[in-house]
Amino acid sequence: MSSIAQKKGFGATLWDYLTTVDHKKIAILYLVTGGFFFIVGGIEAMLIRIQLAKPDNDFVSAGLYNEIITMHGTTMIFLAAMPLIFAFMNAVVPLQIGARDVAFPFLNSLGFWMFFFGGIFLNLSWFLGGAPDAGWTSYASLSLASPGHGIDFYALGLQISGGGTLIAGINFLVTIINMRAPGMTYMRMPLFTWSTFVASALILFAFPPLTVGLFLMIFDRMFDANFFDHTMGGNTVIWEHLFWIFGHPEVYILILPMFGVFSEIFATFSRKRLFGYSAMVFATVLIGFLGFMVWAHHMFTTGLGATANAIFAVATMAIAVPTGVKIFNWLLTMWGGSIKFTTAMLYAVAFIPMFVIGGVTGVMQASAPLDYQLHDSYFIVAHFHYVIVGGTVLGLLAGLHFYWPLMFNTMLDETLGKITFWLFLIGFNLTFFIQHFLGLLGMPRRVFTYGADQGWDLFNLISSFGAIFMAVAVTILLINIVKTIAQNKAVGRDPWGDGRTLEWAIPQPVPFYNFKQTPLVRGLDTFWIEKQEGNKEGMTYAEPVGDIHMPHNSFIPFVMAFGLFVGAFGALYNGEQAWAVPVLILGLLITFLSMGTRSLKDDLGYHIHKEDLMDKKGGKH
Amino acid sequence: MDLNTKYTPQSWPQHAENSTLEGKNKFVGFWLFLGGETTLFASLFATYLALKNKGPEGMEFTTQELYQLPLVFIMTMLLLTSSLTSVYAMYHMKNYNFKAMQAWLMITVLLGAAFLGFEIYEFNHYVHEGFNYSQSAFSSSFFTLVGTHGLHVLIGLGWFILLMLRNSKRGLNLYNAPKYYIASLYWHFIDVVWVFIFTVVYLMGVAG
Ligand code: HEM
Ligand SMILES: [Cu+2]
Repeated sequence: MSSIAQKKGFGATLWDYLTTVDHKKIAILYLVTGGFFFIVGGIEAMLIRIQLAKPDNDFVSAGLYNEIITMHGTTMIFLAAMPLIFAFMNAVVPLQIGARDVAFPFLNSLGFWMFFFGGIFLNLSWFLGGAPDAGWTSYASLSLASPGHGIDFYALGLQISGGGTLIAGINFLVTIINMRAPGMTYMRMPLFTWSTFVASALILFAFPPLTVGLFLMIFDRMFDANFFDHTMGGNTVIWEHLFWIFGHPEVYILILPMFGVFSEIFATFSRKRLFGYSAMVFATVLIGFLGFMVWAHHMFTTGLGATANAIFAVATMAIAVPTGVKIFNWLLTMWGGSIKFTTAMLYAVAFIPMFVIGGVTGVMQASAPLDYQLHDSYFIVAHFHYVIVGGTVLGLLAGLHFYWPLMFNTMLDETLGKITFWLFLIGFNLTFFIQHFLGLLGMPRRVFTYGADQGWDLFNLISSFGAIFMAVAVTILLINIVKTIAQNKAVGRDPWGDGRTLEWAIPQPVPFYNFKQTPLVRGLDTFWIEKQEGNKEGMTYAEPVGDIHMPHNSFIPFVMAFGLFVGAFGALYNGEQAWAVPVLILGLLITFLSMGTRSLKDDLGYHIHKEDLMDKKGGKH
Repeated sequence: MDLNTKYTPQSWPQHAENSTLEGKNKFVGFWLFLGGETTLFASLFATYLALKNKGPEGMEFTTQELYQLPLVFIMTMLLLTSSLTSVYAMYHMKNYNFKAMQAWLMITVLLGAAFLGFEIYEFNHYVHEGFNYSQSAFSSSFFTLVGTHGLHVLIGLGWFILLMLRNSKRGLNLYNAPKYYIASLYWHFIDVVWVFIFTVVYLMGVAG
């Protein structure tokens, strides 16, 4: 499994991926699935822009338009951005802290499969009577009135994939707390590990409120509960609170890990130590903390009252402070560095002004009185695309180029990469900058069309035109990926030549057990220190070569997640189809029986013996 | 880790629950999970407080009329005692006394089951009075909050029972000690949540 020489049949490879508990392979699973959903969400985005390209358009109907925007937002956030972030976390964090795997390899696999089946379930709604249509925020007054099963697909699908996310979050927390190599103190952890740590903590505390919100919605829709129905004493604002108590931390879950990736990239390609490391760590933690105090800035116009609005406005503005600290530290990292403009670095440099624009509009929205004007207009759409595309997506693209050699031992074409970069950046700004002004001119968000006499034609056309650039950019990226895979040119260890942290010190292709000997971390940027001292191996070891304990592969996570998928259909058609209850029971049985198998059959893993490690091949599986 | 290593109370590690890396991971991971559970229950409590006594025009159910403190008091005593007995079980786990541990867990399970029995009786009683799940926003939020706790009790009981059955023949080792330990952590957590339910739902409902 570890050596490239071994060629395996398709079936064997497929089985390997279905059963793998290896963080490096799970990373690839996340990358492929997340990438797939990114394309799906991207197609939905193009449909939106086609519809809005000219006034009074009837390319799609109003109802279908609602389904498309809902699925675009939901897919991009839950099924594209988060899994792609998990791809990098899985690929990098264990190597970066000198660990042989994550703390719970089995659960890691389970988390992936739950996300996978949740995502599939949600998207099957397209073929089974219609997708959800109440927006990605699914406000209760809309969603309770939504006919058909779209909203049920939304609630159940997110419930399943959200469970997977929670598992992944706990897993990374424990991994980082317990499995750091000797010498890797908290204040020596690379920033990507730090930001993974904080983002995982946000997941841990932010997802349960979403879980509750979704359950309440499911109960209201399926079991005649009355949480959101005001004629029965319910209150629709409860959903808004629960959703945003989750939702605002969620946006930081999306951006913090990318802050980490950018920090690594700035330091690597400026060939300088990250400026203000401890301030960076502090700012990351502070952002994570404040992220929980500001949710009501999404509800300024709900009528919470002036006092509440004032408190949440001030708290929201406060987040700009640690964010500013980070911006200046990145700039100062580049200051005086010997900068190499790789594709990844281009993304990182472009990210700074893009994210600042998004931050500035954020602070504008944070002043509650002004937000009465901006709320639910295209200004908001512009804001969050500047932070999410200008921040998270640029970060993902940067990370893709930067970490590709670590994951695949090949390198994406830099020329094609730079073409993608420029097209994407230009297209992104064409599409979204002008939406600020559409918003100021009064165009509401989530409308399926507008009149020719409203004065919004030209700006919308420009916006749609820009989207074409982004589509072309992503297509070139795909070509780049195919080309790189076809050429399959191995690049070996430390392909950028300037790696600073442990993940670059490891031989390529990375052995399935990661580190033959646990490394000893001698400082921040430990690989850089070793290189400076002329250490050819790039690592100092904390232990002699010894037996390595490894977990077994397992098919059970797949089956467990599949059971939930089956059961969800039963829950969805409950009370409508005769087969619903049996299917629900069947699904839960599949899940619980496989869970039972897991706990009854002790799986203590196996050992790779010292002798096998000593021969050059690095052990066989 | 070897399942066949035989220990004596003297050679048994002092912190058997986290003396291996796997044990340590379970230990930390489970504490974190309980952190997430805390926000889950916090959300349910908040929902309940927002919807308490709220219903359709002219609803006659209020907390004052509905709740009966004596019953809830008995339930509280049962659950608190079961937390204590699970502490005894862990005490014997630490002393490598398998039989005593299983016995105390057995008592814990019986107390927990009694609690659950009372809860089912209570719910049934309310439903018969017309206070069913879809009667009002109040009823939905009450049954969801207290019912989620009840479901946790049920899961805790199932967990204890499976652990006791699975290990009855082979006794304690460093592989299952962490499992017993986190199951009992879970049980304490359930107990703490109940203390909040007792206070916020029942006491404040009747007195407040
Ligand atoms: C300085 C930092 C930021 C501030 C002050 C800020 C402020 C705000 C405010 C006040 C709103 C609500 C506006 C309204 O609906 O009327 C908002 C919406 C939003 N923000 Fe930000 N934001 C910041 C950073 C971010 C980041 C980093 C992200 C994501 C990576 C993000 C994503 C979003 C999203 C998705 C929405 C819209 C949600 C929706 O209604 O669909 N924001 N922001
Ligand atoms: Cu927000």
